Amino acid sequence: MQTLTVERKIGKQSVLLEKDIMLLSSATVAGPKEGLGPLSADFDRICSDNIIKEKSFERAECHMLEEACYLALGKAKLTPEDIDLFIAGDLLNQVVTASFCARKLAIPFLGIYGACSTFAEGLSLGAMLIEGGFAKHILTGTSSHNCSAERQYRYPTEYGFQRPGYAQWTATGAGAVVLGSGGEGPRVESITTGKVVDTGIKDPLALGTAMAGAAADTIYNHFRDLDRNPSYYNIILTGDLGGVGKKLNEDILAAKGYDIQANYADCGVLLYYPHQKAGPGASGCASSALVFLGHFYRKMMAKELRKVLLVATGALHSPTTVLQQESIPCIAHAVSLEI
Amino acid sequence: MFGQLILNIYVSLGVPQQEAGNPTVATVIFIAASLTAAGVFDNIAQLAGAGIAVPVTGFANSVTSMAMEFRREGLVTGTGSKMFALAGSIIVFGVVTAFVVGLISALI
Amino acid sequence: MGNYLTAFIVGGVICIIGQLLFDLTPLTPGHILTGFTIGGGILGGLGLYDRLIDFAGAGALLPISSFGNSLAKGAMSEAARTGVIGVLTGMFELTSTGITAAIIFGFIMALCFKPKG
Repeated sequence: MQTLTVERKIGKQSVLLEKDIMLLSSATVAGPKEGLGPLSADFDRICSDNIIKEKSFERAECHMLEEACYLALGKAKLTPEDIDLFIAGDLLNQVVTASFCARKLAIPFLGIYGACSTFAEGLSLGAMLIEGGFAKHILTGTSSHNCSAERQYRYPTEYGFQRPGYAQWTATGAGAVVLGSGGEGPRVESITTGKVVDTGIKDPLALGTAMAGAAADTIYNHFRDLDRNPSYYNIILTGDLGGVGKKLNEDILAAKGYDIQANYADCGVLLYYPHQKAGPGASGCASSALVFLGHFYRKMMAKELRKVLLVATGALHSPTTVLQQESIPCIAHAVSLEI
Repeated sequence: MFGQLILNIYVSLGVPQQEAGNPTVATVIFIAASLTAAGVFDNIAQLAGAGIAVPVTGFANSVTSMAMEFRREGLVTGTGSKMFALAGSIIVFGVVTAFVVGLISALI
Repeated sequence: MGNYLTAFIVGGVICIIGQLLFDLTPLTPGHILTGFTIGGGILGGLGLYDRLIDFAGAGALLPISSFGNSLAKGAMSEAARTGVIGVLTGMFELTSTGITAAIIFGFIMALCFKPKG
């Protein structure tokens, strides 16, 4: 009987990976608004409109995720048969986008839900499973769509209500990654799995503020577990805190003794131009996926960035809990990547 | 403040028909429904806020937008059943208030 | 011309109250509009809303508060004619236009147009 001789768990909630598990390829499919943003040149495909000739917004979102998956497979020169596991999630009830996409791919499927932190959650799980020898190639992806999310979480898309200035804009798009060994790409070096943190925020339009606490908690524990400082990384990225949440995150960490201002950016803030009227920034699973896989992945492949800490954040509420006056618990997962 | 601007338009429509408030209301509802269908109501509302939500235009928009959005879930099970999801409380509480008010006036 | 001015001012004031409630309170649009409807109903019961309509025309007719007023008036006038049961039978008499129009036009728009998000 084989026994594992190396202890992977380090600290309270982190894992160090021994093997070379890389992001072998990545693909991004972005919505029209994202395609007009500052990172438009980084996306593999930009959709001309929100519905791309599908019958519903939900189908359009699924189409985007499927396309991202096939593009990622193509770039890695693999077919669905070569993939051992497909790990994916999205924002919709019962994680239908990922499930319907899995139907098409016909790969053994593990559906996950981490709200907007799904991208990091998928990367974490995929990397750990490959490290443990349970799979050789894993495809992971996530998607979100502004209209399908609004329709489910808030109001019908044509409803005329005045969005407050602090409300973020759910990004439309999908990102997919093939994980495996023996290739070129950023390596998953360590993972810090987040705990659920609830700071008592009840407003579903103030998600950046709600999630900042979880982000700070995970980043803090990552530094403590691995005995590192913010300066270890070229850049620290959060998924979708937006301008408001980003500042709050910086403040919380500063109070705990870690100053991240010098090398910290938020994917939600980077996705849109200020004139695109997205409030303090993007939110949604696609926020972290599009910005990291589109922009930062390229920078890492070009060796402009060598060590990146990606911290995707999610708000784990439902329309029901909000109406029932519950607060919004949040989570953040950190994945450290090196090349 | 923007409410004043929007209301001006409605006033010039409504005042000539002051004798008959009903056609006014129907016309305004039609306009609001059309703007919703055209996809511009929400853009105007972002600017106008309460100015377009408080008049019956807001009512028409909530009904129309729900009807349009849930068409995909069937005319009966989507449009039909979800149409008043947002406006329902206006009707419910309006009726409840009127019931109490009516009872009081009938009994005193 | 005086009609325009009073309608403008009264309608504007009602909407400004609504805007302040939107911006300064955590109440949803649904809460606020329901509140206006209830307000209209109570003012209608006191006979005050009709005076506002005489003064301001469309400025008082179009806000959702007039819906509450019409429900209350319908109930009250029918009760005056046929007794207490009139509260039930007469309520939707005056508001029929608004509700019917909203349903019909909403339905037609849903048949012909798709949401664009």
